[in-house]
Amino acid sequence: MSMSNVGRPTRPEASASSGFASLNGGRGLLQDEALIFELDGWDKTGVDIAPAGRDASDLGDLVRSAPIGLPGLSEPEAMRHYVRLSQKNHAIDLALYPLGSCTMKHNPRLNEKMARLPGFGDLHPLTPVAASQGALELMDRLAHWLKTLTGMPAIALSPKAGAHGELCGLLAIKAAHEAKGQGHRRTVLVPTSAHGTNPATAAFVGYSVTEIAQTEDGRVDLADLKAKLSSDVAAIMVTNPNTCGLFERDILEISRLTHAAGAYFYCDGANFNAIVGRVRPGDLGVDAMHINLHKTFSTPHGGGGPGAGPVVLSEALAPYAPAPWVVAGKDGFKLVEDVTEEAAQAFGRMVAFQGQMGMFVRAYAYMLSHGSDGLRQVAEDAVLNANYIKARLSAEMTPAFPDGPCMHEALFDDSWLEGTDVATLDFAKAMIDEGFHPMTMYFPLVVHGAMLIEPTETESKQELDRFCDALLALARAAKSGNDADRFKGAPHLAPLRRLDETQAARKPKLTWKSPTNTVAPTPLAAE
Amino acid sequence: MRYLPLTAADRAQMLGVIGAKSIDDLFADVPAAARSAKLFDLPLHAGEMEVERELSALAALNRPAGAGPFFCGAGAYKHHVPATVDHIIQRSEFLTSYTPYQPEIAQGTLQVLFEFQSQVAALTGLEVANASMYDGSTGCAEAVMMAQRVTRREKAILSGGLHPHYAAVTQTIAHAEGMEITRLPAAIDAEAAVLDAIDADTACVVVQTPNVFGTVTDVTKIAEAAHAAGALLIVVTTEAVSFGLLKSPGEMGADIAVAEGQSIGVGLNYGGPYVGLFACREKFVRQMPGRLCGETVDAEGQRGFVLTLSTREQHIRREKATSNICTNSGLCALAFTIHLSLLGEKGLRELAAVNHARARDLRDALAKVSGVEVLTPRFFNEFAIRVPGGAAGAVEALLADDVVAGVPFSRLDPAAGLDDVLLVCATETTTQADIAAFATALSRRVAQ
Repeated sequence: MSMSNVGRPTRPEASASSGFASLNGGRGLLQDEALIFELDGWDKTGVDIAPAGRDASDLGDLVRSAPIGLPGLSEPEAMRHYVRLSQKNHAIDLALYPLGSCTMKHNPRLNEKMARLPGFGDLHPLTPVAASQGALELMDRLAHWLKTLTGMPAIALSPKAGAHGELCGLLAIKAAHEAKGQGHRRTVLVPTSAHGTNPATAAFVGYSVTEIAQTEDGRVDLADLKAKLSSDVAAIMVTNPNTCGLFERDILEISRLTHAAGAYFYCDGANFNAIVGRVRPGDLGVDAMHINLHKTFSTPHGGGGPGAGPVVLSEALAPYAPAPWVVAGKDGFKLVEDVTEEAAQAFGRMVAFQGQMGMFVRAYAYMLSHGSDGLRQVAEDAVLNANYIKARLSAEMTPAFPDGPCMHEALFDDSWLEGTDVATLDFAKAMIDEGFHPMTMYFPLVVHGAMLIEPTETESKQELDRFCDALLALARAAKSGNDADRFKGAPHLAPLRRLDETQAARKPKLTWKSPTNTVAPTPLAAE
Repeated sequence: MRYLPLTAADRAQMLGVIGAKSIDDLFADVPAAARSAKLFDLPLHAGEMEVERELSALAALNRPAGAGPFFCGAGAYKHHVPATVDHIIQRSEFLTSYTPYQPEIAQGTLQVLFEFQSQVAALTGLEVANASMYDGSTGCAEAVMMAQRVTRREKAILSGGLHPHYAAVTQTIAHAEGMEITRLPAAIDAEAAVLDAIDADTACVVVQTPNVFGTVTDVTKIAEAAHAAGALLIVVTTEAVSFGLLKSPGEMGADIAVAEGQSIGVGLNYGGPYVGLFACREKFVRQMPGRLCGETVDAEGQRGFVLTLSTREQHIRREKATSNICTNSGLCALAFTIHLSLLGEKGLRELAAVNHARARDLRDALAKVSGVEVLTPRFFNEFAIRVPGGAAGAVEALLADDVVAGVPFSRLDPAAGLDDVLLVCATETTTQADIAAFATALSRRVAQ
């Protein structure tokens, strides 16, 4: 076995699927890339810093003496290292990215440019209010758009992501119950199809979670809901459209029953993209809903974040919204930051400072670009694209809920794979070889071998057809029964083959460790 | 509309394939009462130029940190970020990818996260680090709740030097979960006051160094006392550049280190997005919140990276998860990693030395202002001063001289009764001319 310069087996036979192997184990432009810790940069730096001009410090033994163990790279080396790594990623800018429930839509670059204007990007969060009026006005306008689009009277902008917004909503609900002498309510009802964040959030604030069953047509089971609603229930958390990609037809009855039981209706807004501009959650009886700006309003996912999760609130919950918030007055905009005075009922604070301003700017630019007409078209095209995929793929695959339209995502089960050796995972991994990111798999949990496909509105018909053609061809190959390695060995053409996740979890290796067991060479003393 | 590729002909053809008469058919499940036939009362779509014009006008109403003398710190710091960082994080493959759940086509993001975790562990002097939290403040709250899981105790003690926003976030979240939070009164140099509050029910003590007043403290003795009582020590740092000069939390006995990483690679952004650094001792790894990236091999023995120990996380464990966090701060973690790779140990130490030197230059200049008193005994790059007549008024007045003089402590904690305390900060971006302008303007103000 040959070894690379970092002591790794290169296994030239890895490239054998093309019948050709390079001498160094790489694949043309796609090269192995060592960790920064393996690039021998212990005394290198890619920045030029002027001398401090004073003694090192007057802090005595508060100063660190041992080396930190950080490698450095010159600028050209750093550029190459990270650009090479970038080439091992799939991205929405490369192809359709059909992750259900994730809303991987095009990220307009205008929004990036706007967020980098020095008036936003270089603005300190504690700049005097008089010197940050433009930022406060933007927050006020963003709040106005979000409240108008949801038909809700109040909003908390500060939560940093969807799950953080859920936390904010449940804390407001908890505070409202306590204010009404209903603090004894301990249960949150969550449908079995919910995102994992819903039960996790409920538990995080000390509630116990009870699941509500689902009907055969993929909706909340009203009979089960009625049976489980009681004076112990604080809230229900329902995603709408739900994670099966279906609109909850009985949503008005769900909210009526919930309110009649003295509980609040938390709506998970992850799927707002399906209805934005057409349906207002406020008209459905919702008390609180987070809006993932990184989904519906296209702020980039960035390989896992950052997001932003503002929460719209009903009249009943508005008084409990966390600090800070913006108030428009005669003399300009004010920021209410203190939870003890003007905000006496506020339940507290979710974050240091004001929330994800960088995302607010991007989302506001996105909204201005679309306008009320464009946003309505967003929902319509997102739903149209999903139904088109559902219709086309139904030729070979089995939709989990064949009757009636879906909303913004199409859900398939694995019954069409019965009798083959191919599982959902194998099929999804084979999609990688065809140039597509897999769909969301095995979620929602209520559908066996679930495959949840969300195309979003920013796909052209040509790309949708390319995607459907690829999946139909794969489906036929899976059913043929004589093409097993295409699936079991997939992916064949990705930067790596299937990874051993069991080994990673059994003996976790979470940081780089020096193979010689000595820390880095003695670094240069600070000047 | 420039972001929507479908044409009217496409839509008609697609409806035909679906077997629907109109788009309204696809929304048939929406109750009639909730269907809106008309557009909501908001402006119609706009071109790129018009949007840019509107946002630029708003941006112009703000005073960027780099526009002149500027001395705010207190949890967010003005630093120079190399141009390379912003270029790389805008590459499509990093910017427009999702959480790396499919590792075969996400090795770029995953290897970066592994490098990030390794860098954070090295900086904090601890064994393991996660792949980021939203920011330092939420990381602090998560650390307190993690201490509850580890110790099975309900009480947390927050020092009076902890950033008041961090304390408020921790109180809000940990209190909701049923923990008892004791927050000591705000004090400039009293991290050790937590010693008296530790008892047999204490899950953790939270101290900050440098603290919100800038005071640097060796917390070794606090660690010993906490451990003797079976409690964990959580050390918070809001200025990550200080790791280049000061003893690490791990070196001083911290069990969990939480830091705001904004200083390295991430801009000010009016408060977000930032990146929370979270590290701990290896034995606690299964109680950690958030994503972890680990090394493994692929089917052919090639080294690769995956998200691991997911059984702690909400998408697997649901209500039994260690945290509800899902989306984190991935792109900011990338920016942090690139900037720190460019700095290296050499650059970080030099950068820290320059910050420390500029802050002492600032102290020397402000100490000469008649009536002004420097309150912080030992500091890295920020410290507190007493301004006769009140800090908030002085900040407002100095704005007229285009000097952003710092953060009145009363803005962070109005109830503390420290209305004359001003928090000031200098970094490598601070010039001698900035310092002179501040001192001159402050002299004028104090003399009034």
